[in-house]
Amino acid sequence: MPRMRLGCFSGVEGDYVTRTLGLAAALAAFWVLLSGYWLPLIIALGIASIALCVVIARRLDVCDREGYPIHLTVPGITYFPWLVKEIVVSNITVAKAILTGDVNPQVLQVRASQSDALGRTVYANSITLTPGTVSISVDEDVITVHALMDETADGLRSGEMNARVCNLMGDSVPTDTKHEVGAA
Amino acid sequence: MEAALDVLSWIFIVTGLAFCLIGGYGLLKMRDMFARLHAASLIDTLGVGFVFIGLMFQVGFTLVLAKLVIVLLLIFFTGPTATFALARAAINHNSLPAVDDADKKLAAETKSTDRSQGGIG
Repeated sequence: MPRMRLGCFSGVEGDYVTRTLGLAAALAAFWVLLSGYWLPLIIALGIASIALCVVIARRLDVCDREGYPIHLTVPGITYFPWLVKEIVVSNITVAKAILTGDVNPQVLQVRASQSDALGRTVYANSITLTPGTVSISVDEDVITVHALMDETADGLRSGEMNARVCNLMGDSVPTDTKHEVGAA
Repeated sequence: MEAALDVLSWIFIVTGLAFCLIGGYGLLKMRDMFARLHAASLIDTLGVGFVFIGLMFQVGFTLVLAKLVIVLLLIFFTGPTATFALARAAINHNSLPAVDDADKKLAAETKSTDRSQGGIG
């Protein structure tokens, strides 16, 4: 499967300019928040640093869709609160499991339905961020997951997180209800 | 007002520390490296998260608040990467997850097909 390159040199001029300006704006905000000084010398140093970073980012070709996913900001408004809710719920589940010792470690494989590497990375990272499930291997679109207990494994099997990451990335949500690979 | 914020702040900090404590206990108690990863993720999600929220109430609307948010985001994005690297390192050195028999076969297959493009299934 060819890797998606929709970045600085893909010929999407508007996208390229937006991303470069967005990167400069984000770096400027980062500088101001960390320093908090409005002295001419400090501001001048800040502008020089930002210019240098933007030039390096462009030369390295990293301010692309993967390295600087600014397009996920708006869809992320609904995804991140849901992810935080999932993290809180499974934290409590896993904390209980640790205290009672009631665990059943298992390995399962799920199919990531996202169309590109960025989407699969977001999905695999979301799995790992949620306690009780850890991505241990990604092979093309198959993610191997280590689950601590049946409850957290079943939560992943339902495919809800997969569908939500598809929504986040703007991919079509799979209609196939079987999310697990090789399940009976 | 000050006192109320202090109480709220301490509730969050103590809750966060409780999650850190449970995570630490789990780290010692779990039977293999992969199960221990789950206990560790308790610490770097809600453990760190609640402690930081508590600290945010302490500092109020200042620049330090922005710095706390930035550090929290950094931990949220780098944590899974470190966990994944740890799991990969363990698998590459033949330390496979301790699970029941059917799953063990799957875990072994994961290793053997790791570098081929075919995958499983």
